[in-house]
Amino acid sequence: MSTAIEKTDVLVVGSGFGGAIAAYHLAAGGAKVTVLERGPWLKSNDFEHDYKLGSSYTRAFDFVVGDGMSVLGGNCVGGGSVVYFAAMPRAPRFVFDRRGSIGRRMWPASVSRDTLDPWYDRLEESLSVTKQDWSDVSYAGGLWAAACDHAGRTANPLAVAIDNSKCVNCNWMMAGCRFEAKQSLTVNYLPAALAHGAEIRPLHEVQHLTRTSEGNYRIHFDIIHEEDYRLRNGSGVIEAKIVVLAAGAAATPVILQRSETHLGTMPHAVGRYFSGNGERLNTAIINEEKAAEILGLSRGDGPAYAANQIGKGPTVASWDKLDGSLPEYSRYSLEQLYFPPGLGTILAQAPDATGPTWFGRDKKEILKNWKSWLTIFSMTEDDNEGVFGPPPATGNAHRISQQMLGRGNLSYKPTRNTWHGWNQADAEVKEILEKDGLAKVMPWTNDLVGAYTVHPLASCRMGDDPRTSALDDRNELRGHSGIFVTDGSAVPGALTVNPAMTIAALAERAVPGIVQAARHRGVPVTYGAPTPTGYKSGTKVDLPLLRTPAGV
Amino acid sequence: MQQAEATPIPRTTHDATLTLEAFADTIVPGEKRWPGDRSVAGAATGGGSVAAGALELLRWDATGIHDGLDDLAALANDHATQWAEEAGVELDPTVPPFVSLDFSQRTELVARLTRPDHPEKEFWVLLSLFCNMAFDSAAHLHTAQALANGHPGLRAMGITQPDADGLWRFQNHGYGRRLARLHPDTTPSGSPA
Repeated sequence: MSTAIEKTDVLVVGSGFGGAIAAYHLAAGGAKVTVLERGPWLKSNDFEHDYKLGSSYTRAFDFVVGDGMSVLGGNCVGGGSVVYFAAMPRAPRFVFDRRGSIGRRMWPASVSRDTLDPWYDRLEESLSVTKQDWSDVSYAGGLWAAACDHAGRTANPLAVAIDNSKCVNCNWMMAGCRFEAKQSLTVNYLPAALAHGAEIRPLHEVQHLTRTSEGNYRIHFDIIHEEDYRLRNGSGVIEAKIVVLAAGAAATPVILQRSETHLGTMPHAVGRYFSGNGERLNTAIINEEKAAEILGLSRGDGPAYAANQIGKGPTVASWDKLDGSLPEYSRYSLEQLYFPPGLGTILAQAPDATGPTWFGRDKKEILKNWKSWLTIFSMTEDDNEGVFGPPPATGNAHRISQQMLGRGNLSYKPTRNTWHGWNQADAEVKEILEKDGLAKVMPWTNDLVGAYTVHPLASCRMGDDPRTSALDDRNELRGHSGIFVTDGSAVPGALTVNPAMTIAALAERAVPGIVQAARHRGVPVTYGAPTPTGYKSGTKVDLPLLRTPAGV
Repeated sequence: MQQAEATPIPRTTHDATLTLEAFADTIVPGEKRWPGDRSVAGAATGGGSVAAGALELLRWDATGIHDGLDDLAALANDHATQWAEEAGVELDPTVPPFVSLDFSQRTELVARLTRPDHPEKEFWVLLSLFCNMAFDSAAHLHTAQALANGHPGLRAMGITQPDADGLWRFQNHGYGRRLARLHPDTTPSGSPA
């Protein structure tokens, strides 16, 4: 039997924004690229409109319950981009000057809104990010806008990566977009990476890394059963000169923790400083008569609203508190969101309940009003207080259900600062939506599964200070040259807006450095590929190549 | 495993079923299925979690909770017995202790078991989660089929029927007009400045 180990130039762990972007550029530049993705490879026709366990709705997701924080993330080829809502705002300028829990600027000096803007520009082109018009806004977004206006606030249609000409407003985008309206990575970076020879292997869950005497890395993985993720169908090893870790902020640090006995001491910040992007949810039960009377809204066919089911996730956000002159922990955006049944309905609380708020008689009454629910998503500034405990036996969680549900080792005890932001956001949502009896509002309970984030960040973050950051400002893991981290775990802290655009921009920004490192290790690769949908370069003027480190 | 028709259901499984139904009915209450229904308390109109198929979902191995259900039911009954002793409530020996409690007593006990400081909280929250999912998403059924069969949860929530191909599409999706002033510091591409 041959004991030869398979070899590749660059091994990418995860195929979400951090993985797909790196894979595309490196493959286009001439490197042999292999992508290992823990989840299945679902094609557009696999994206079902079905809540049944085992449908794409549960196959594409991972819900990991921790101690004080639960994380919902993507688990398929395309990662978060398959299940996300495609809201693509740039992070506001003040975010890059945040000090957070360390009392000094937490971002690397080389990263600011100005230095990131060219990369954001590139993403807007490659992911077809467009500014929505009011005609694109869903009923739920319109209602939120009208309520904000009524309460003296502003509200903006979001910039999104959605082709509205294909969108049917089915609100199933969390199960993957059947209509290819959503610009997931499966319709841009990943097919472009494949066209340049990259190989993507689904259902390969990386467990840990080891190092060879030549300084290469060996990536140890298990093969996961395609339907029951609790089952494993073997394991394997691949050797690579460069490793790009992009398994998501709830998994990347766990792989590194498990690798520590093989690779040596990890930076202190691996598995620490986790941020839930300061996220918090409120559910409002809209009074339909008041919505008609106070806001003058009408769907023309009866109710003023009653349209919770219709739309495309979030379409409108209020940014009045994205004001850099306000103190830290009091800045946030308030975004209309759709949360489909099954994934959080249990956490919504019944306002004015005489008994329990999340179950029982009063809860059932608000479930009967589900069509008139409006969900508001607050993205605040938290304190990076999440810490990962010892890693589980495999993966990043002990899996309970065949898909989706697992128990992880993330611990998150919200600080007073975090609660301050949440409380302020809750109060403002209440003030806006309860004005003149428009609605009754309650935040989701934290008592069942802790706080809830769909945007895990910062668990292996970049920075200038080795004591509080795991990566240098080129996304390379401190003390372990040749390992780069390009997913949400590299983002230093909460962004006050949806983070996909910033995660992707940071990944684009990291690529020249990864190319340089690969060249130093003898990989014949160059940097300079155009945006992945190359046809656009002919119709839009392609962006100039950005300044790259010397020698690339 | 399917029971052979002639085999009587073991008492423990029967008790577990009644207990789990009573627990599910506490999470999303419903109307009694028949006049002498003991597990469903009848605390709300329309079908609740039990009519929505809670037991079918819980006993499906895909959930991962299926193996421990009899133990959970036994534990719920132990807690019910203890709760009844503390509260001076006399239990009906013909049904499992949890089932013997009335709806408000069951509610009080479930609230206690799911409190953040309860040592078994995770189990009870997990059980509650699936009881809720049976109602709010019919996670044991194909959604279109569940709707066509009048699933009580999806129907109560007002979820519409999909198109003939099983996919949802909404032609009318918004109010189509400007409804607020834009934030003054918005970039040309629609981001915060």
